Parts: sequence; structure tokens; C-alpha cells
Amino acid sequence: MSKKATIREAINSALDEALRTSAQVFLLGEDLADPAAGVNAVTRGLALEHGHDRVLNTPISEAAIVGAAVGASLEGMLPVAEIMIMDFIGIAMDQIVNHAAKLRYMSAGRTTSPITVRAVVLEGSGAGGTHSQSLEGWFMHIPGLKVVYPSTPADAKGLLLSSIFDPDPVLFMEASRLYGKRGPMPTEDGFRIPIGKADVKRQGRDITIVTYGPATWEALEAAEALSAEGIEAEVVDLRTLLPLDLETVLASVAKTRRAVVAHHAVTFGGPGAEVASQITEALFNELVEPVVRVGAKFSPIPARASEAAVTLGTGDIVAAVKKVAGAVRV
Amino acid sequence: MSDIAQLTSSQLSSMYEVMCKSQALELRILKGMRSGEFATIIWPARGQEAVAGALSLALRPDDRLITTYRGLHDHVAKGVPLVEIAGEVLGTSVGACKGKGGTMHIAAPEQGLMMSTGIVGSGLPVGVGLALAARFQKSDRVTAVTFGDGATNTGSFHEAVNLAATWKLPVVFVCQNNLYAEMTPVEETMAIPHVADRAKGVGMPGITVDGNDPVSTYLAIRGAVDRARAGEGPTLVEAVTFRFEGHYAGDQMKYIPAEQLEEAKKHDPMITFRETLLSHPEITEEHLAAIEARAAQEVDEAVEAAKAAPQPDAAEIERDVYAERLVAGNV
Ligand SMILES: Cc1ncc(C[n+]2csc(CCOP(=O)(O)OP(=O)(O)O)c2C)c(N)n1
Ligand SMILES: [Mg+2]
Repeated sequence: MSKKATIREAINSALDEALRTSAQVFLLGEDLADPAAGVNAVTRGLALEHGHDRVLNTPISEAAIVGAAVGASLEGMLPVAEIMIMDFIGIAMDQIVNHAAKLRYMSAGRTTSPITVRAVVLEGSGAGGTHSQSLEGWFMHIPGLKVVYPSTPADAKGLLLSSIFDPDPVLFMEASRLYGKRGPMPTEDGFRIPIGKADVKRQGRDITIVTYGPATWEALEAAEALSAEGIEAEVVDLRTLLPLDLETVLASVAKTRRAVVAHHAVTFGGPGAEVASQITEALFNELVEPVVRVGAKFSPIPARASEAAVTLGTGDIVAAVKKVAGAVRV
Repeated sequence: MSDIAQLTSSQLSSMYEVMCKSQALELRILKGMRSGEFATIIWPARGQEAVAGALSLALRPDDRLITTYRGLHDHVAKGVPLVEIAGEVLGTSVGACKGKGGTMHIAAPEQGLMMSTGIVGSGLPVGVGLALAARFQKSDRVTAVTFGDGATNTGSFHEAVNLAATWKLPVVFVCQNNLYAEMTPVEETMAIPHVADRAKGVGMPGITVDGNDPVSTYLAIRGAVDRARAGEGPTLVEAVTFRFEGHYAGDQMKYIPAEQLEEAKKHDPMITFRETLLSHPEITEEHLAAIEARAAQEVDEAVEAAKAAPQPDAAEIERDVYAERLVAGNV
């Protein structure tokens, strides 16, 4: 069974299922309990349904939110912590990087911290430098973490459930600009999308656009525009950044022999560098052109309408594809 | 209201003028947003103007201030030109930060407004650093840091107040307790009745005042500023007030009980302080009306100038990432 739902509803549905089917699951974060149910209304109804003792409003204390999640997870609980806007995650960084990510290794498996941290990217609001960043690259650098960033309602639901029940800590990213995005969403309990599996969102023979999260939609839009000009782009939605599904990426690029990596994170030192490098190492001889990355410019994100001057847009992807595949049809 | 006889009529008037400008500026921006004249976001301080009035009178021009996203009233208090505030809110090039910072991140060091932060709690440690610098530089200037009730739950708050108290730094911590942190009522996130009680644990004075009364708020902040300037260390002043417009402009405030809002509006500082002022023998209705008219006119001019200005151009958007632009290709 499946129904049309928004990503907001899909995440709500995943949290609901997790709370309903596992007594170990609980949620904590700022303002997420009813009646407020968060700035983005993602957790609406969950506290009423499952109790305010399992959907916990916290003070503004990010270090304590994630730290308490780590502690509870050491005792076998499955906490889902919310960082209201990803830019605030720096305050909780020590708990994520030095504790959640490393406890399994440093205790030789005697303790583990299978927390899920949901972090919301607010790019698109025009709120400026401290409320707009896509910081997934920071976390891809940390052995012990998993990093997930879905683009559709079904992926969001299936991946969030996989994250919550995964034995390792997962950073689960949400783009607030995608909350209203509609699409089919399986309704039966037990639906999962595995962590570490990319998804080909569009088939194409001429070039592969490797992307994830909100950039998936710009990549699809770019692919349509390019199709009108005779360039058929394949769009690979990574869905999970750590671990990377190289198999799917390489299979696609082996076919198209050209690749662009597109994301909202800053290009320099960003996730695209890793993907481009992996492709190049594996397929150097097959590639017709070097892999090109597109993302945010190397700048803090300016406020209001100026935001667009720095952040990724569909046009940037089209231009990058033309650079790499411009000569395809001639 | 406390005894207005402790202040001169010109001191009282100057506080009222700051409050009027702050109110007029926010109402003008809200009107523009609601009518579709322009799009932006603000975190209104409507209802909290008394604290701004008090700060404006208690701080010297060279004293420093750090505030938050809910800081338009504080910016006015520190004398930041209205056009720079309005420009930054609208994202145009006449803004204090050329339109790149936005409402949350206004800085105007010439007026001593060293930072506004969008990260709850982050202003306090920075304020401690400003005060430390004043000590190194042998200046008697004082730093005020203002923040909300919710901010006092952050680690940054606790670390900063302890450091300031331990080092006896010239800081005044001004908590604008508006009883809510976004949608959460203050009593749900702390087990003590007053934010000011937190001061005891680090060994500094903590005072709770009626934050809707500019006079008592001024007297409390002024006392703390004088202590700081005399080398006696920091103080935590908790000004209890309310915000009338929601967390952000457009917030429907469903989480605030109607009776609570109605009751709070009876203590609207713009109304109650005006009544108090009229009881002063030297202050007339005409005098207050003139202040109000001037505030409205200055705000209108500032907003028109902000609207007429262009957005920052491409070169401006690329500027200031570093002191010198990095070579293209290297980033
Ligand atoms: C570190 C951090 N966590 C969360 C937020 C989101 N947030 C913005 S304002 C706010 C409430 C702050 O309440 P308070 O300190 O009382 O200030 P007020 O908004 O009432 O002036 C929250 C949670 C943030 N900006 N920074
Ligand atoms: Mg508050």
C-alpha cells in the first residue's frame, strides 16, 4: 500500500512507526512536542499519540540533547535527537564526533551509540550565514558515523526507519525547502530503504549527475532542460553519503563516461571532491572528460535575495553538464 | 512604575524616544511584510522596548553591546542609524552589513554594537572577550550582553557567566525574559523561579526587575554598569517582559494562552510608560506627540531609503570572505 504524502508527513510517519513498534525509541529536541510540534510541524501529533514522556521538549542545550542521546543509547535505548537547524550542530559536535562515532571502536564493541541525529538545512529562507549551511561534509570525515540525506517522501521514510534501527550512529539530514514535496509513500509497517544504497532517479546515456538531497530535484530539472538540447543525463541520487554506494555510481559512469557531482554544500573540500576522486581512481581510462563538481560558492551565505548568488541553482548544473558533455552530440 | 523623580525629564524623554523609534521601525517593517511591499524576516521585539530604552540611557557611547536576532530595539538603543538597520533587514546595500548579514547578524562597531547573533547563547562568551579586551587595553568601557530566557539554558551561558565572575570582568548580562523561548514557556525548561538566581552559583549579583518599566530597568542596569566600571565585576540583570508579535513575524502564537497575552498587553511599555511620563510636571502631551511624530518620520525615511537602495552587487557578494580575495581556482 502506498499513498501520496509530503516529506514532512513521511518523516512524521517514520517517527510514528518507530515510536509505536519499539519501546526503546524516544525523541528529544527543542520545541518538538505538541502542541507546538516544532517550527516545521514535522513532529505534529507524536507527543499526543505516544506521550510527552517519549517526545521530549528540551531546553536550548544542543550539547546536552545529543549527549543525553548518547548516554541513553549506551543503555540500549534508540534516541532520535533533533537539531532544529543544522548550523547549531557545532555546539553538539563533541558529542557526535568524539563520543557517538567512536565509542564502539574505543570500547572494542563493549559499548555502542546507535543514536539518530536529525538535522534540518534551512537554505532558501534568506536568513543568512548562520541559518543556511549544508554541513554534511564535516560528518563524512568521521569514521564511525553514517550520513543520510534523502530527497523523496518514500526515501525519507524508509531511510529514517533504517537510521533509527541501525546499530551505528546516523546523521539524518532534512532540507526544510523539501518538506512540502509530495510523492508516493508506502504505508505498511516494515518498509525500509537500506542505508548505503543509491538510487537512479533518471536514466540517461550521455552523462551521470551524481547528487543527493535537495540538489536531486535541481539535477532532474537540469536533465529535462538538457534533454531538450539532446543531452540525456542519468541522475544518481546517492541518498546515503557515508557509506557511499560506489557500485551504483561507477556502474552509471562506466556507461556514460562523463560525470558531474552536484550538491548544496560548498564545492571546495565538499562531498563532491570525494565522489569525483573515487570515480577518477576507478574509471580514469574510461572517462572522456574530467569529473566536474558544482555546489555552493566558497562564501558564507548572504541574507535575503542575495542568497541565490552563492547557493546552487539548476543553471549551475546545466552549465557544468554542458562543460563536460557539450560535445556529446556533435 | 518606580519613582520617575529619580530621573530628569530629558533622561525620561530620551528613553521614550528610543522606545518610539524601535516600535515605529518594527511596525513599519511588519506593515511592509504584510502588505507585500517587501519580503523579509524579523524576530520582533515589540513589547520589549523598555529594555532598549533602559540600555540606551545606561550605556555610554563607547560602551559595547551584543544582542541577538531579536535585537532591532537594541540596535536603535545603541544609536545604529535607522537606515542601516532597515537596509540590513531588507537586504540592500545601505544596510549596516551591506545587506549580506541580514536581520539576525547586524553589527555596527562605530556605535559599539559589536555583534548580533543568530545562535542562541553565543553572544555571552563573545561579550566576555570584549570585556577582557577592555581590561587589556586599560579602558573603562563596559560591555552589555543581552539575550533571552532560553539562552540561559545553553552551555555558553553557564561557561561565560562563570568566566566573567571569576575574572571580575566589566560585563553586564541583561536577560530579556519574555517568558517564552520560541514556543516553550520558560518554566518548562528550568527548575528555578528566576533567571537571576543563576547568578548565585557563580558568585555574582543577580537582580530581577520589571522589564516593562524603563525606569526600574534603567536603575538596575545602571547600577550594574557602575559596578562593572568600578572594577567590581559582572552582574546578571533579568528584565521580565513579554513579546507581542510571536517568535518571528507571522508566527500565529497558538502556544500562548489568549488570557496571558491579553494580560501582558495591559503592561505594554509603550502605553504604560507614556501614562507615567504624563504624570511628570514638565512633560506635556505635545512634547510626547512631537517625539512620536519624529520617530515615525525618521523611520519612514529610513525604510524608503532602504527600499530604494540596490541589492549588493556581485563584487560585494564576493568581498569579505577573507581580507584578500583568494585566487579563483584555489577555492
Ligand atoms: C544554539 C541554537 N539553538 C536553537 C536555536 C533556534 N532558536 C532560535 S530563537 C530560539 C528561542 C530563544 O529563546 P530566548 O533565548 O528566550 O530568546 P527570545 O527569542 O525569546 O528573545 C531558538 C530555540 C538557535 N538559534 N540557536
Ligand atoms: Mg525568550
